[in-house]
Amino acid sequence: MKNLPWTSLFIIITMLFMAVFAPVISPHSPIDQTLADKLIPPVWEEGGNAKYLLGTDVFGRDVLSRLFYGARVSMIVSALTLLVGGGVGLVIGIVSGYVGGRLDNLLMRIVDAALAFPAILFALLLAVTMGQGLRTIVIAISLLLWARFARVVRGEVLAVKQRDFVSLARVHGCSPVRIMVTHILPNVMNTFMVLLTLYVGVVIVTEASLSFLGAGVPPPTPSWGLMAAEGRGKISSAWWLSLPPGIAITLVVLAFNLFGDWLRDRLDPKLRQL
Amino acid sequence: MRRYILRRFLQGLVLLVLVATIVFFLGRLTGNPADLMLPEDALEEDRVALIETLGLDGPLHKQFGIFLANALRGDLGDSIRHREPAVDVFFSRLPNTLKIVPGTMALALILAIPLGILSALYRGRMIDRVSGAIGVLGIATPNFWLGILLIYVFSVQLGWLPSARMGGPQHYILPTITLGTFLVAGFMRLIRSSMLEVLDSEFVKLARIKGLSETIVVWKHCLRNALIPVLSLWGVLMGGLVTGAIVTETVFAWPGIGRLTYEAVIFRDYPLLQAVIIMDAVLIVIINLVVDILYAYVDPRIRLAE
Repeated sequence: MKNLPWTSLFIIITMLFMAVFAPVISPHSPIDQTLADKLIPPVWEEGGNAKYLLGTDVFGRDVLSRLFYGARVSMIVSALTLLVGGGVGLVIGIVSGYVGGRLDNLLMRIVDAALAFPAILFALLLAVTMGQGLRTIVIAISLLLWARFARVVRGEVLAVKQRDFVSLARVHGCSPVRIMVTHILPNVMNTFMVLLTLYVGVVIVTEASLSFLGAGVPPPTPSWGLMAAEGRGKISSAWWLSLPPGIAITLVVLAFNLFGDWLRDRLDPKLRQL
Repeated sequence: MRRYILRRFLQGLVLLVLVATIVFFLGRLTGNPADLMLPEDALEEDRVALIETLGLDGPLHKQFGIFLANALRGDLGDSIRHREPAVDVFFSRLPNTLKIVPGTMALALILAIPLGILSALYRGRMIDRVSGAIGVLGIATPNFWLGILLIYVFSVQLGWLPSARMGGPQHYILPTITLGTFLVAGFMRLIRSSMLEVLDSEFVKLARIKGLSETIVVWKHCLRNALIPVLSLWGVLMGGLVTGAIVTETVFAWPGIGRLTYEAVIFRDYPLLQAVIIMDAVLIVIINLVVDILYAYVDPRIRLAE
């Protein structure tokens, strides 16, 4: 494990720790309002209070606790969307690449159309028609992911398909499904893992943007995007509402991208232009 | 050439039909679409009239037919909040968005082209690392937060620039930077990787063997070829531009179509949102078609591949 990106790993592990242990490490409830303690600045600023290390928001909620719980929201959304969107993309990519012909043509046209149209618009539409919530956001972001996964995986399958062990399996009488599952799938797993890591950042930014636009996780659930949105109007008097969640997003996305780059260089250098 | 354009045109048409279909069915997913399309205090007779004109009591395929026919005539329903045709609202806001796009594009190209070229030429050296860092950071920083940060630094702390709404030239600076950063990062990485590819190609080696000066090799032989893939990835960047415009205009209270999209969402103005999405799709298809034609024009391999 030479040249392991330690800084990135450290940030990722910290984030995971925050997400998993949010109820244990949070000094206050992320949701309960204490109006008497509203808009207290961080502890190092004048008027700060050691009870609230990063200060409180307009409803007197502890910013630090909300930041911890926000990590949880980001991680849950990332895990679910990558599972659904990435999974669908993986299956479609393998089938499209292996079966080829007309089906491949049709599926790739749909992928092109999906890539040409900004998924965020569908996400907003879903939020209005289905209502805000975790389910909506997972569907919306999965819609954004599947086409990107499908296209890369398909390209990989086209190369794997030409290899001798696939022809041998076919001669041996394996069914197409069996070939796809036992021979193709393991050989595109590296690519899939790299894609998963590289797209965590995209998911986190998209989730935050949707929450910022009022189409993400509904309040009062703390999401980093929502926190930034709530603090936006108070930027001139209370910077600690919107700057910390943004710093958290940037750090985590940066860490996942750099880690993904490293993983790609190790596992799958062909994908370098991704 | 003609066949190529025709194919691209058909692809655009497929996209439009797909978008219209999805918009239509999502509107019918939950309960009666009349509830989505009318204000909460709508009169019973308005309801009946709407159900009548859109055929909402008829079978779904008939409703879809009416929806498509209306859409083709440019009728996408009335905005609940503005109480006028949603398409008119869209066109009244479009010019404001178009006012920040040229500056943003210019900024992106002015920064991205030289940085992309230099980091490809001096691969692994200081300039490559610095611009690489800018690129990675530009992609990792969410647009909305960059906007808030810029407002905090340049409006609140320094008091140099206005933080919101339209006005004189100084109002354009922060939104342009916010919207442009994403594009700079994207363009730069693209130009760098396609420059690297071209620098490694046979014809560049030949040009060098012929003894051409480095300036001519880089600017004439490489850059022109390196810019072609950039053009072809334009479609992907368009999506980013639309997303970026929604977020940026929301942060800076800029009264363009991005902000309009946001308003349609928070006021649950379904007809308006539906119109904005379909009109966005039309714009994207038109712009992509223009870019495809340009692409064929600069790349003879496409123009001549009949």
